[in-house]
Amino acid sequence: MKAPIDRRQFLRIAGTSLGVGALYQVAPGWASRASAAETARRLARKNGEAVTPFSFVQLSDTHVGFAGPPNPTGTRAFERAVEVVNALPQQPELIFFTGDLTHDSEEQAERRRRMLRFQEIAGRLRLKARRSVPGEHDAAIDGGALYREVFGETYYAFDHRGVHFVALDNVSRPKPEVGPERLAWLRADLSRFTPTTPIVVFTHRPLFDLKPEWEWFTRDGDEVMKILSAFENVTVLYGHIHREHVHDTPGCHHVAARSLIFAFPDPDRTQDKKPLPFDPEHPFKNLGPRVVHAKSGAPPAALTLGLDDVELTMREHSGTEGFNQLLRPSTL
Amino acid sequence: MRRATIGRSVVLVLAALVGTLAWAEPARVIGVEAKRFQFTPAELTVKVGQPVTLRVTSADVTHGFYQKELGIDTEIAPGRTTEVTFTPARAGRFTVICDHFCGSGHGNMHLVVVAE
Repeated sequence: MKAPIDRRQFLRIAGTSLGVGALYQVAPGWASRASAAETARRLARKNGEAVTPFSFVQLSDTHVGFAGPPNPTGTRAFERAVEVVNALPQQPELIFFTGDLTHDSEEQAERRRRMLRFQEIAGRLRLKARRSVPGEHDAAIDGGALYREVFGETYYAFDHRGVHFVALDNVSRPKPEVGPERLAWLRADLSRFTPTTPIVVFTHRPLFDLKPEWEWFTRDGDEVMKILSAFENVTVLYGHIHREHVHDTPGCHHVAARSLIFAFPDPDRTQDKKPLPFDPEHPFKNLGPRVVHAKSGAPPAALTLGLDDVELTMREHSGTEGFNQLLRPSTL
Repeated sequence: MRRATIGRSVVLVLAALVGTLAWAEPARVIGVEAKRFQFTPAELTVKVGQPVTLRVTSADVTHGFYQKELGIDTEIAPGRTTEVTFTPARAGRFTVICDHFCGSGHGNMHLVVVAE
């Protein structure tokens, strides 16, 4: 009799250091185990397409248009991130932006300008399969109308190499919530999948009460998690908090990405939600998220994740001269 | 005999009711103004166990007013006064946030309620 395989090991997501962003590698958890072939085929039949290895990148909170003391360099970190991703010897298959692509403005024309500027920078990516969800700075002021016009729908789902991806909008209502209509959509979208189907959710705000006093929560996040609880392999990748964070709930990993504009402090160590000060010696300090690696032998969980801290660095620039180059007039 | 017992019971219940009403603390009323991106006052101190009524107005746009543990969850629309009543059950600092997006400084718009 063949040894049974824990179905929760069906999908493993591993991250590889990039220097910026998070590169996720997705592979069947038992790839090296010949005895698992039959189980793999059986699960593939149940789930539809079998999971085959691939990688993707997550970037978050670029806040194009932001200008202020926490980061006087504007879009430089974002632009550097694009360079780093383009320099990868093996290009990932997908790239996700988890919200706050732009910083909000009272002027509609200025908001549009910032969105087009974002697209111009993102358009330099060699990788063309780009996906995004809005953040509240992109969409809350007008219910997502301009975002939809420029980027497309604020929520959607698709399948890629055996993984079901869900882009979930929890920002375009005035309050921090998904809302009953999108909850109904999510319930219907997921109804066709079996419990073993690997699910990756991209969203902006955390779906749990991370720090409600700093608006780091989603009012109806419990409803979302109730829907997702039917699945054994769920990962939620989000932004908003401008710092790394990992949180486990039964059957689900929640992983936050760093920002590409400025970092927030650890809410357990301070009451003040103020950006960490800019460091001219290290202008990209605390930018670029943690990177995720697969770990074997972890406690039973939907996905086995391991993290590395990686900071975006200036390759071409160094010292005061380098910093001054970063401060060259923006084209925004 | 039975009638007398019932009569005494009624008197006791009435006395207890009157006593409760006499000792119930009236709600303390405090005015709060919401304006992008701050509440005024930004901090207020209240007593544990004492009811508090906040009369909240907005000087500009619609704001949210949310604090889960105190049971506060409402919207503050401009042009009218919104009353919020709560009774702190324990000492502590409770942060009421604006949870209705109101602009770029929205994320730091909050009111701290200190219960002592």
